[in-house]
Amino acid sequence: MSAFSATKGRALGLLVILVWGFVKLPVETRLAAAQKENRFGGFKITSTLRQQAGQAGFLATLGGLRAPVADLLWIRAHVAWQDTQWGKMKLLFDVCTSLQPRRVMFWDNSAWHMAWNASVYALNDKKHVPEQVERYRNQQQYFALGEDYLLRGIESNPDSWELYDRLGWFYRDKRLDKLKAAAAYEEASKRPGRLDYVRRQAATLLADCPGHEEEAYRKMLALYRENEREWLPTLLKKLQQMERKLKIPQSQRVYIPEEYRLPPEQ
Amino acid sequence: VCEEGNENEQSIQLPIGLFRVHFYGVTASLPSPRDASAASAHKLFSFRRTGAIAGNTFRDLVRQKVFYFMIVFALILIGMSLFLVSVSFQGQLQTLMDVSLGAMSVFSMFLAVLATAMLLPKDMEDRTLYTILAKPVARFEYLLGKLCGVIAMLTVAMVLMASFFSAILFVWQGREMDRIHSDYPMAEIAQAEATGKVPHGTSADAQQKFDLESRKLKETTFTPTLFGGIAVILLRAMVIAALTLMVSCFSTSWLFTVIVTFMVVLVGFLVPVARDVWQGQAGIGGDLPGYIKLFLAGVTVFCPDMQIFNVIDDIAAGSVVTSSMFMHTASLGFGYLAVYIFAGYLFFAWREL
Repeated sequence: MSAFSATKGRALGLLVILVWGFVKLPVETRLAAAQKENRFGGFKITSTLRQQAGQAGFLATLGGLRAPVADLLWIRAHVAWQDTQWGKMKLLFDVCTSLQPRRVMFWDNSAWHMAWNASVYALNDKKHVPEQVERYRNQQQYFALGEDYLLRGIESNPDSWELYDRLGWFYRDKRLDKLKAAAAYEEASKRPGRLDYVRRQAATLLADCPGHEEEAYRKMLALYRENEREWLPTLLKKLQQMERKLKIPQSQRVYIPEEYRLPPEQ
Repeated sequence: VCEEGNENEQSIQLPIGLFRVHFYGVTASLPSPRDASAASAHKLFSFRRTGAIAGNTFRDLVRQKVFYFMIVFALILIGMSLFLVSVSFQGQLQTLMDVSLGAMSVFSMFLAVLATAMLLPKDMEDRTLYTILAKPVARFEYLLGKLCGVIAMLTVAMVLMASFFSAILFVWQGREMDRIHSDYPMAEIAQAEATGKVPHGTSADAQQKFDLESRKLKETTFTPTLFGGIAVILLRAMVIAALTLMVSCFSTSWLFTVIVTFMVVLVGFLVPVARDVWQGQAGIGGDLPGYIKLFLAGVTVFCPDMQIFNVIDDIAAGSVVTSSMFMHTASLGFGYLAVYIFAGYLFFAWREL
């Protein structure tokens, strides 16, 4: 066997791989695009990931182990929570959510920790931040972080009703913005698998927004007429309030069971 | 079809396409009619011969202790996911699936590389290779048989790991179902609502939540997508095995084969990044110097895109893979297998043994 033949074999082998490389390129590009469209592998390699996951963890994520790495870092975030290390938690949440952007639970809990737990801690942390104004500002910053997680989570999981539901909850309880909350609940109600209460929330919260009474009344009326199961105390109460506010004639007002009727108008 | 390099025999080489067919020549005289008919009856490719080599390879591989060691280690790791579940404060079932599937993914890769890298050097060291190729066995049949043997071993290993994982998942799914039942005691809630202890509508809400959690549990555990994902892990291991075999066809030591294959696989996981930058989709391609673009093009063209086969992480997170995506991934995987075995043959066909 001559050295020439061996070289020829190698050259031919390399040629085959090269030709295949050009043949597979459009196929892989299309498949990668299809995966991206289905929101597969949407993780991003960032410097925070490198710092928090460590060298081994970083290599593991590249080697197809990003889900277990994200789980381990999530456990570390839990430990950080027990030690009230909010900054470290935020870094770990960033890594977990960037490793597994399709895990709704990561976005949901990261937002909850920031907007609820860390914000309350910041507002009450008189030991480290004696000034009330500073504490208030810190609280607002944690609110913003929580909102950011929810919005980014929605960006990665636009089909998730849960994240819209949490966003509505956040706007209602933290920002005290019922109009935004109603809009978020409305979006949640359009997503598959949602629970019925999000529709009620979308309608009843809108009832508290000046200028939106008619829209709210329409929505509540639709719910009322849809099913007797929807005749819940809050809906019935708000419906009566809207009827009074919009001055709906008595003859057009809906039937309200005795126990849920509001006291007569003065 | 005969061996090459035997000094006492002359061989006639007939190039048929890229395959070289070597017919036995007879040194002293012309072939007799019987020899000629035997030679013409000899098939260029025989499934039986390939199957015999595959069977022997499979037997050799399962007899090796390292195989059992790795399988046991993988099973322990899958079992260990139960421990991680206990320290995880949320999404325990998810953690269990992530760690188990991760273990299957990694061990299948290791098994594919280590089992395949030793095949050729071991046969050369034992001189089995020369005995086989002295028989009327084409080098292509030999390589294909070896690959099929490794694939059979990988399939058995994957079935074992998947069965163990399914058993653990089944038990854990039952526990989760019990928890959901205890979280939403529907009969008690209905009774409380009837007696006015809880507001009207509580029972309907609880029923909805119960249905939602049960549905979620079922949708994220035993689904066709999950098993499709496990099949993609196996396919990736098969591609890696073919890649290893191709590298070992021109390498001189198994260590070189292992290192080169792992490097190519690792780079393969970064191919999407290289491709995006090269094609300018990452938004920075235009600013790069030409030699870097050339390097990225080389990486994209020569290395397999391993991320294409990395769907299990998203499947474990609840994403659904369409059947067309599965089909395309499978086609690409089999394309890689065919090309690597053919390129491996070309490296091996002219190699001095």
